[in-house]
Amino acid sequence: MNDLELFRDQIRLWTLKQLHHLGFGHYGGSLSIVETLAVLYGKEMNVTTENFKEVDRDHFILSKGHAGPALYATLALKGFFPMDMLLTLNQNGTKLPSHPDRNLTPGVEMTTGSLGQGFSVAVGMATSLKLSGSTHYTYTIVGDGELNEGQCWEAAQFAAHHRLNRLVVLVDENKKQLDGWTKDIIETFDLADKFRSFGFWSTRVDGADMEAIHQAIIEGKEQKEKPICIILDTTKGQGIPYLEEKEANHHIRPSDEEKDIIRQAIEELEKKVSEKEAGR
Amino acid sequence: MSMTELKLEEKEMRQVYSETILELAKKDPNVIALDADLMSSISLNKISPQISDQVINCGIMEANMMGVAAGFSLTNKIPFVHTFAQFATRRAFDQLFVSLAYAKLNVKILGSDAGVTAEHNGGTHMAFEDLGLVRLIPNATVYEASDSTMLRKLLIQNYKEYGVHYIRTTRKKAVKIYDENETFPKGKGKLLRDGTDVCIVASGIMVAEALQAARELEKKSIDAMVIDMYSIKPVDAELLTYAAEKTGLIITAENHNVIGGLGSAVAETLSEIKPVPIKRVGVREKFGQVGKVEYLKEFYGLTANHIANIALENLGK
Ligand SMILES: Cc1ncc(C[n+]2csc(CCOP(=O)(O)OP(=O)(O)O)c2C)c(N)n1
Repeated sequence: MNDLELFRDQIRLWTLKQLHHLGFGHYGGSLSIVETLAVLYGKEMNVTTENFKEVDRDHFILSKGHAGPALYATLALKGFFPMDMLLTLNQNGTKLPSHPDRNLTPGVEMTTGSLGQGFSVAVGMATSLKLSGSTHYTYTIVGDGELNEGQCWEAAQFAAHHRLNRLVVLVDENKKQLDGWTKDIIETFDLADKFRSFGFWSTRVDGADMEAIHQAIIEGKEQKEKPICIILDTTKGQGIPYLEEKEANHHIRPSDEEKDIIRQAIEELEKKVSEKEAGR
Repeated sequence: MSMTELKLEEKEMRQVYSETILELAKKDPNVIALDADLMSSISLNKISPQISDQVINCGIMEANMMGVAAGFSLTNKIPFVHTFAQFATRRAFDQLFVSLAYAKLNVKILGSDAGVTAEHNGGTHMAFEDLGLVRLIPNATVYEASDSTMLRKLLIQNYKEYGVHYIRTTRKKAVKIYDENETFPKGKGKLLRDGTDVCIVASGIMVAEALQAARELEKKSIDAMVIDMYSIKPVDAELLTYAAEKTGLIITAENHNVIGGLGSAVAETLSEIKPVPIKRVGVREKFGQVGKVEYLKEFYGLTANHIANIALENLGK
C-alpha cells in the first residue's frame, strides 16, 4: 500500500499545483477522485504508455470531465507526458484544457465535459470489448450531480441489458454539484439501491479509503453476471481540510489569503511526498 | 450614438439578467425562472431567496428542463430558462423543438457564455452553433444582446410576447453601447453609424469590434456604416437594403460559425432582395478551445483589425 499512498499524494500534489499555478478551476471535484484514480492507475488497470495504442487492454473514461486536472496529474506521473507540461493547464494553446480532449492529451481516452456523455461511451466500449471476446475492463468515473442527466440512466439500462460484467462505474458521491448540495437541488436518494434496481452489482464504500475501493472492485468482479457500480462516499475538496470545509468549492478562484492556505497545503504535501520517496 | 470611447459597463450581464427576472417575478407570480445547475453562474442564486417559489434549479437536466418549461407554459406560467448556450441548444434541441416550439408554447430562453466568451470551459462548452440551431425553428425569435440595456429590454419585451424567444449573451461585462431610453423592437437593427463605403453588420461582442474597425477605417478615409443586428431572426430587411444600396459592400461580424447565424441571415436576406457582395467574419470550420477571450478572438479572426482588413481588401485598398 505504501507505493500507492505515495502515488495518491503525488496526484493530489500535482492536481493542486496545476490549479494553483493557473489561479482558478475545479478544485472540489478534482480532489474528490484522487484516491480512486490512484487505485485505478496504480493498481487495478493495466494501462501503460507501452500498451496505450492497443485496443485489448483496460480502458478509462473520465465522464465528469471537469475533474481533468486530477486525470492529467495521474497521466503525467504514469509517464504519458512530462511533469512540467502540467503547468500549462488552460493556458492559451495548451494541450491540457479544463475538460479532457482525446485529440490533445497523451493518455486521455475520450473527450468529455458535457456531462452524461462519457458514461454512454464507456458502455459502448465495454460492449464492443465484450463482443470481441476481450477479458479487459472499462472503468468510468461519474459525478453524483452528473447522474441528474437522463443519458446516464439510458447508459445504465443498456449496460444491464447487455450484462456488461466488465464495466466498472465509479460514482463520486461527494454530495455536491455546481450550485451546492445535491439534497437541495436534485436528491440522489440511495444510489447503490438505484443501480441495483437497474440491474447492476453495486456497493458503497469510503472513497477516501484506497483499500476499501480496491476491495469493492475485486468483490464486484467476482460475480460475472452484472455491470459493477461502486458508490464512492467522498468529500468535495477531499484531502485538503480548508477546501473540504469551504461551502462553495466547485469552481474556485482563491483570494490572496486562500492562496496562502493552498500554498501551505502544497508545501506540506511536497514534504510528505519527498519523505515517502526517500523511504522507498 | 456618439463615437466616444468604448468602455466596459459597470454591471455584468448576469447581474442584469437576475435583476430583471426578480423585477418581473415580483410583478407577476406567473413568471418562473428555471435553471440547470448554473444558477450561481448567472447570479440567480443572489435573487432566488426573494422569490423562492418562482425559481427552480432543475439540476443537470437540460432536456428535462425544456419539457418542464413546456409543462409550465401549458398551465399559463411564463418560464424563463437559462443554461449555457450549447446546453440550451445542442444538448436539448429536440425537446426545445418539439415540446416547446412545435407545440406552440411560450418560453424565454437565455443561452449564456456565447462563443469565445466561454473562455476556459473550452470546446465542449463553446457554442458557435446556437444561433443557427434556433434560427432553424419555425417562428422562433432569436436575439443576441450586445449590452446590458439591451438585455434588460429584450427580456421585458419577451415576457410580454407569447412564443419561443432565444437570447444569447456573454455572462460578464459588455461594452456599453446604449443609453437607458433606447428601445429594441423585434425585427429591427440599430444603425450605430452611417457611412457610404462599406457596411459592417455585427451582433453581440462583435458590435464593439465593428465600431472600432470603423474608426480604423476612418483613419484611412473610408466611411464605414455600422449596424447592430441584435434581432437575428427576424432580421431587419429594410435596414439591410438601405445599407446594401448605400454602400454596395456588406461585412458581417459574429462570435459564431459563419454558417447558420448572422452572416447567413444577412446573406440569405440580401441575396433575395438586393444582392451585393457580402463577406462574413466569424468562425470557419473550427471547434472551440480553451483560452482567454483576447487570445480566442485573435485565433478565430474576431477582431476589429480583421474586419478592417477585409474591408480594405474588398474595397481594393
Ligand atoms: C451537460 C452539462 N451541463 C452542465 C454542465 C456544467 N457543469 C459542470 S460541472 C457541473 C456540476 C457537476 O456536478 P457533479 O457531477 O456532482 O461533479 P462534482 O461535484 O464531483 O464536481 C455542472 C453543472 C456540464 N459540464 N455539462
